[in-house]
Amino acid sequence: MTQRKQVLGPDDVRRAVTRMAHEIIERNRGVDNVVVLGMQRGGVWLAQALGAEIARIASPVPIGTIDVSLHRDDVGLRPVTPGTSSDVPTDIQHSIVVLVDDVLFTGRTVRAALDAISDFGRPNAIQLAVLIDRGHRELPIRPDFIGKNLPTSSEEEVEVTAEGVTIIEEGVD
Amino acid sequence: MTSHFRSIAEAGTERVRRLLDLTDHMAAVGRRPNPKVPALRGKTVCNLFFEDSTRTRMSFDLAAKRLSADTMTLAVSSSSVNKGESLRDTIETLDAMGVDAFVVRHRTSGVPWQVANWSPAAVVNAGDGWHAHPTQALLDAYTIRQRRGLTNDFTGLKIAIVGDIRHSRVARSTTEILLMLGAEVIHVAPRTLLPPTSHVPTTADLDEVIDEVDVLYMLRMQRERMGAGIVPDGGEYSRRFALDERRASALRGDALLMHPGPINRGVEMMVDPTELSQSTILDQVTNGIAARMAVLFDLLGSGEIEE
Repeated sequence: MTQRKQVLGPDDVRRAVTRMAHEIIERNRGVDNVVVLGMQRGGVWLAQALGAEIARIASPVPIGTIDVSLHRDDVGLRPVTPGTSSDVPTDIQHSIVVLVDDVLFTGRTVRAALDAISDFGRPNAIQLAVLIDRGHRELPIRPDFIGKNLPTSSEEEVEVTAEGVTIIEEGVD
Repeated sequence: MTSHFRSIAEAGTERVRRLLDLTDHMAAVGRRPNPKVPALRGKTVCNLFFEDSTRTRMSFDLAAKRLSADTMTLAVSSSSVNKGESLRDTIETLDAMGVDAFVVRHRTSGVPWQVANWSPAAVVNAGDGWHAHPTQALLDAYTIRQRRGLTNDFTGLKIAIVGDIRHSRVARSTTEILLMLGAEVIHVAPRTLLPPTSHVPTTADLDEVIDEVDVLYMLRMQRERMGAGIVPDGGEYSRRFALDERRASALRGDALLMHPGPINRGVEMMVDPTELSQSTILDQVTNGIAARMAVLFDLLGSGEIEE
């Protein structure tokens, strides 16, 4: 039996995004130099949502996407699926890149994203924003902005949308 | 089981569509400030060219390098094949050095299938005899998709392929992929340059179709075929089948003019195609790298473990 447990509702997600937007603005003393990049695919909607909040509170920032399928450390271990593209709308040289993903788990995708970003230029800094930090890191990577810390077991799945956050546990009957 | 990319028919519709999507991804990588990615680090790609080629060989070499694979290139003029070493010995020797993929160009049809019997490596057909040139077909289809803003459905497109259809592996593979994607293909050639049986409409009158096609695909006319009795002499061929100024102006403004290269100026091409807005010839060259990256990544970057 599959168990689904909703841990955040739509209002919780909205409040978390607003708080993270404030934190990003505060940390960087404004957003003059900030570029928000959502990780394909789960981070894209969150980058849009964060960008919209930042625009509402301060001023609009460039929003883009980053695809890591050619930078992963498990190439050759998994089936190839046609990737999504990176879309970096502006020169990121000397900028502050806020890398956005929905869930931070092992950290391996973030590692790949750091490599992928450096192919586009050398930002002054890269910061990491995630809606859910579920632990189980396998690399020395930590987020700068967190929506919610969510202790999980590594067998569980975490499903994140703008409508909420759900823990899915594949149980045995 | 090792998989290969040896013909469009062997790859099948599903894989061809996936490769076109992957090509689109690779084309985006090619437009980045740093177009090189680490995807195939530690893999070795061996280019085996037993027949002259510039653009295909360079394109495969660059595609592998853009994916961070190591490359070795064997051109026949510099190899032990000239000392009488058999093809099988050559393959087994190179295989013993540790090759993950062979890219094979050979004047004899079927060689890529033989190579796959002698080595566990993946085999990519870079052109075998009159038979197949599937990466050319892939880059041609991708170029049409890109220029026309299509997805992988070419229904309603009318494409004329002009020239030596009979002896052309490009015509064979490109026709195959276009039909697979739903396009309508017509072959335009003198009767002596058409295959004995054809599963697409044919005509010997280029002027009959030129003003209605979405894509005019000109093949390279090999000079050595002229004067061998199968083709009218050069002047006669050009008069009937070459793109001259009159025909270029009959071409629709939104049509595409394609050619696999190298162009025989003064034989099938009497105008300078770089001056025609319809020309996709340089796009084809650029997209060739992305298409070959897609093929190599699909073969060498794939594994069995589901996420």
